[in-house]
Amino acid sequence: MEQTLAAVRTDLAFDIELQTVLKTFGDEAAVQDLTLQIRPGEFFSILGPSGCGKTTTLRLIAGFETPTAGSVCIQGQDMTQVPPYQRPVNTVFQSYALFRHLNVWENVAFGLKLQKLPREEVRSRVATALEQVKLDGFAKRTPAQLSGGQQQRVALARALVNRPAVLLLDEPLGALDLKLRKEMQLELAHLHRSLGLTFVMVTHDQEEALSLSDRIAVMNQGRLEQMGTPSQIYEEPETAFVADFIGDTNLLRGRVSHSNGSTVQLVTEAGLPVWTDRRSEWNGTLPQKLVVSIRPEKIRVSQLEAAGHDAHNCYAGRLRQVMYLGPNIQFQIELATGEHLTVLQPNRARLPALDTEVQVSWSAGDGRALVA
Amino acid sequence: MDAVYRMQDFQDSVKCDRPPRLPQDRPVLRYRARMPWLQPLLLLAPAGLWLVLLLVFPTLLLLELSLIPDFRLGQVPGAYGVGNYLTLLDPLYLKVVGRSLFYACGTTLLCLLLGFPVSYWIALLAPRRWRSLLLLGFVLPLWTSSLLRAYAWITILRPSGVLNSFLGWLHLPGQTWLNSTPAIFIGMTYSFLPYMVLILYATLEKLDRRLLEAAADLGAKPSQTFWQVTVPQTLPGIVAAGLLVFISALGDFVVPDLLGGSSSMTVPRLVYQQFLGATRNWGLGSSLSLLLIGAVGVGIWLLLRFGDRQSDAL
Repeated sequence: MEQTLAAVRTDLAFDIELQTVLKTFGDEAAVQDLTLQIRPGEFFSILGPSGCGKTTTLRLIAGFETPTAGSVCIQGQDMTQVPPYQRPVNTVFQSYALFRHLNVWENVAFGLKLQKLPREEVRSRVATALEQVKLDGFAKRTPAQLSGGQQQRVALARALVNRPAVLLLDEPLGALDLKLRKEMQLELAHLHRSLGLTFVMVTHDQEEALSLSDRIAVMNQGRLEQMGTPSQIYEEPETAFVADFIGDTNLLRGRVSHSNGSTVQLVTEAGLPVWTDRRSEWNGTLPQKLVVSIRPEKIRVSQLEAAGHDAHNCYAGRLRQVMYLGPNIQFQIELATGEHLTVLQPNRARLPALDTEVQVSWSAGDGRALVA
Repeated sequence: MDAVYRMQDFQDSVKCDRPPRLPQDRPVLRYRARMPWLQPLLLLAPAGLWLVLLLVFPTLLLLELSLIPDFRLGQVPGAYGVGNYLTLLDPLYLKVVGRSLFYACGTTLLCLLLGFPVSYWIALLAPRRWRSLLLLGFVLPLWTSSLLRAYAWITILRPSGVLNSFLGWLHLPGQTWLNSTPAIFIGMTYSFLPYMVLILYATLEKLDRRLLEAAADLGAKPSQTFWQVTVPQTLPGIVAAGLLVFISALGDFVVPDLLGGSSSMTVPRLVYQQFLGATRNWGLGSSLSLLLIGAVGVGIWLLLRFGDRQSDAL
């Protein structure tokens, strides 16, 4: 679907373009040196911890904030100084910001009435929008009479009914409980596919970003850390922050001790030698200090002295903690050198007893080497 | 009642780190259980007594007097009747009632027009740390007596007063506002503007700013946002502030008496005249008083009914 839409709208390279945007509040830079391009029809997520500048970025696109420096282009037009009411974007606000003096129908019709559209068109478009979010029959209710999930749908309908060029979503599912959030995630994905609209979503929930997005921008302290597809972000993080923030990981820091054509060995402070793949961009000079990120699910746990010496990294350790997560079991394993590793195993084998000696192993390609 | 006990015991047990005491172990709670009327009585009695003696009883007295036509002090009271109320239907008195309503409505409108922009600015636009100071500035006049403030306005508005000296300095014609309608509006608006600003500020301060952003996001120009979101969202506060100013202005005696002159007779002034002035018609005065109390009562009823229901929905 994404490809077909991109093909239809070849006239536009990008729906949204931020060019070296800086936004300061007083002395503090909320966003700095931010350059982003969002393609038409894309589901784009901005992910980061609270205070990383992701909401400010969305507000810059919506027009609620004006950048201190840099420019904001929407559909090829410079909108840096254009007020929000003249921008072809609509926002689904965090905790919805529904008008409580209006009922559901009036909330959804708000934007259309401002456009002075004929009454018949308003009626039919509101009806369609309410149908899209499965709220037909709720038109006469007031927001106070709706559940959180229903309010969320009204907020969605109120934005979508205006047929924006880009739909902005500010932590849209943050206020919902887990089950409802999963449901709404599916519905968002469905809406995105059926409407072919560009979605820009701000979230701090990495799982939500991974499962919904075509591309993700990870932000930290006002800066863009990495931008890429969910699998790029998860499998090939560029910085230790991204590796740590997206999913769980084990970070082993150390100095390079050996290197050959394809692999590098580093030794941690405690003296643990770790082999990892040499990255192609390090063909010339090799950084001296490295961090290796190994995902918990990539580490194998086995009985001591079991087979597994084919792996580059194979260590003895003691099982310190077992967390039962349902489908998975999480182990905390203390290595002989003192490092602690988190390991995730599918819930298949019998649980080993606490404090037993186990063997952990992973191959050089399972870890991701990063510049420390 | 059960819930109260449990909460109390829970707090005790947290504080003292020992098992909760059962209600029957505590003498106070034992009394409370046996005589549930005791505590409300103790709490309400002082103020209640005060109100009964100085409000309910005098009002009932007024009611009785108002039902004795043309009762004057020192005379033998005549038979009961509604003569006083019929006298009020005389065009002469209806005109006074009408004038009172006119002053009250006008003052409310002026206060709203002057107060809303100021409250809006303090609540939404002014730097946060200035807000208390700005509000204090508006409340400051309330610290002097209304009588003194009225006298100050006399000094300003009288023919040789501050206003006319200033206008003369600007080579503008002098005004004779004292003892006329403009002076009443100026004085009353000055008196009641702080209440308007305080209540509107409290309402506007609670206004959800994201709603203004949502409106802008949906294409509303600032003026459209104001009329379609800000005003409807703050309507309960506007109604409450308006009614409060209206009630106060309707019952105000000082400003019309000191600034209004003889041509601007209002209901409170008429009441004063009937009781303490030359006519001494206590019967008519009482009926006028009850009329005023009734009008204010209707205002308060509207305030509670309309204002409350709206703020509950908020």
